[in-house]
Amino acid sequence: MKKIISVFLVVLLFVCTLSVSAFAEEDAYAYDMEYYSKFKGQNVTIYVYNWGEYISDGSDDSMDVVKEFEALTGINVEYTTFDSNESLFAKLKSGSASYDVIIPSDYMVSRLADNGMLAKLDYANIPNFDRYIDAEFKNPEYDAANEYSVPYMWGTVGVIYNTKYVDEADIGSWDLLWNEKYAGKILMFDNSRDAFAIALSKLGYSMNTTDAEELKAAAAELAKQGSVVQAYVMDQIFDKMVEENAYVAPYYAGDYLTMAEDNEDLAFYIPKEGTNLFTDAMCIPSTCQNKAAAEMFINFMCEPTVSAANTDYICYSTPISAAKELIDPEMAESEIAYPSAEVLAKTERYKNLSDEANQLMDDLWISGVRTNELTPGFWISLGVICVLALAAVFRNMYVKKKRMEARMKY
Amino acid sequence: MKKSKLSGIYAALILLFLYAPIIILIVFSFNSEKGYSWQGFSLKWYKELFANELIIESFYNTIIVALIASVFATILGALAALGVYSMKNKMAKGLIQNVTNLPLLNPEIVTGISLMLLFAAMRFSGGWVTLIIAHITFCVPSVFLSILPKLRQINKSLYEAAMDLGCSPAKAFQKVVIPEIMPGIITGFLMAFTYSLDDFVISYFTAGKLNTLPITIYSMVKKRVSPEINALSTLLFAAVFIILLVTNIRAIRKEKELERKRAARS
Repeated sequence: MKKIISVFLVVLLFVCTLSVSAFAEEDAYAYDMEYYSKFKGQNVTIYVYNWGEYISDGSDDSMDVVKEFEALTGINVEYTTFDSNESLFAKLKSGSASYDVIIPSDYMVSRLADNGMLAKLDYANIPNFDRYIDAEFKNPEYDAANEYSVPYMWGTVGVIYNTKYVDEADIGSWDLLWNEKYAGKILMFDNSRDAFAIALSKLGYSMNTTDAEELKAAAAELAKQGSVVQAYVMDQIFDKMVEENAYVAPYYAGDYLTMAEDNEDLAFYIPKEGTNLFTDAMCIPSTCQNKAAAEMFINFMCEPTVSAANTDYICYSTPISAAKELIDPEMAESEIAYPSAEVLAKTERYKNLSDEANQLMDDLWISGVRTNELTPGFWISLGVICVLALAAVFRNMYVKKKRMEARMKY
Repeated sequence: MKKSKLSGIYAALILLFLYAPIIILIVFSFNSEKGYSWQGFSLKWYKELFANELIIESFYNTIIVALIASVFATILGALAALGVYSMKNKMAKGLIQNVTNLPLLNPEIVTGISLMLLFAAMRFSGGWVTLIIAHITFCVPSVFLSILPKLRQINKSLYEAAMDLGCSPAKAFQKVVIPEIMPGIITGFLMAFTYSLDDFVISYFTAGKLNTLPITIYSMVKKRVSPEINALSTLLFAAVFIILLVTNIRAIRKEKELERKRAARS
């Protein structure tokens, strides 16, 4: 009996210390109430414009980030979503709407900054930037002086393949996406920038080249790939890969992790030629109406607990080491979400290209790659339909004529 | 006999072709996981749909815009139809009719971009006002086109008879013309409402900071369209289906009643 009691006491003691230490950890990331209550009761509204499905929204008992922020600060958030960097740019440029916080990708940050469309951030209002953001994400190429942006999520592009159908011998480089063995089972990005980046990387050129000859060579490479590609897609990659309608596809590392939850046979590698490293960063447009409140929102998104909730929801990688310790440990230890420094050394970030280079790339993409030649099957079925239609017309004419003749007889 | 069997199969195939996408959508709104392999029945997406503020708010925006735009479009369209119908100058009449049809024939993208440019030139910042104006613009023709034929069908003597029996022109209009063209007004309103509800292209250019439901769904393309959208679409489809059912049943009942009366009279 004594023994049992002592064991019980030991266990109790253990549990107590555990929970105390757990509390201590939570406390370390408690919100700074004095800072966050600055706008309480002032009826301030900020407009946040983010990618679709790109914030923890409270489903599956996750944190509802927007609501949490509203409850904490009393600031009202009008949250809306966009589909691509280019449409975000068009919307801001047209002046039809003004936002307070936007989350573009790296190259778009520099494009917006070059166009004078971003406001300089006041880092005194974003203390979490210095406190939590990892050093390697400060002063990135796209914002060298780090005046305009605070990183939100990052990740890499790689090749997803199905181990049931793809030989281990064939993997390792971008060549798998051109491999005729898997013709008709290969998917490709449906946007010019990502598709060209892969072709350029395969040819050993920089992903940020503006050289017309190199871009043309990449377009030729992509045109060659056309015969083995099943479809040019974006979000359909999820279902096509999980359902095994396709065996090979390039996509973002974080989304691979989402797909792998649904199909265990899927695997991922970063090609040996190197790949694209992307960062999506929070910025404030120059038309912002309430900069201090917008900066408060950015600061809140950098809270380790908030960043961890978002990372768990999106499955991309967080630039905040403190948040990494709070997320699903399996994810935090994943080589895919957080590749080694060796792999990262070979990656390249997108830079903003000149207008001419962008134009040339789009032209080559539309005229050289995405022009789908119609298959013989299409022409045959079109022919059959025409013949049937003609036959029906002639039959009707014949029947009418017969009727007329019959009538004439009377 | 053989012929009717064949035509039955044909009709079934066409119906299947038309409704297969909706059936798939409804089935997968009850799937317990994301994606298109069946994982088991669950109401999870319905629960999450009502918790997802972004989707619900976009849905409200869409409904509010559709309601306001279709009410205004119905009023404007009906007035336009009445005006054009009573025009004497044939040339002008034809001209106005064709001009009214233009927004319907014009590619949506052209309408969308030109409206955006117009609002930008007028320094209107995007939002409720621009979106509703844009929606009214493309809703008016559908109302106009569904009321004009009804006006042509009216028996003019009826209106004159009402005046002979002591109605003022306004009263005769209210008692005779309005009831006669009512079916046209209702069809026009419903057409305008549905046009507005599912418009994407024009809204995309004129909505400013507002997100309507089609815009919110489109913004999910990079990740994966959430099954909550399936759930919402299922609810919308069910609502429309019930409305259709109720109106049809009422119409059938009315017809039967009329027949009974006719039979009783003779």
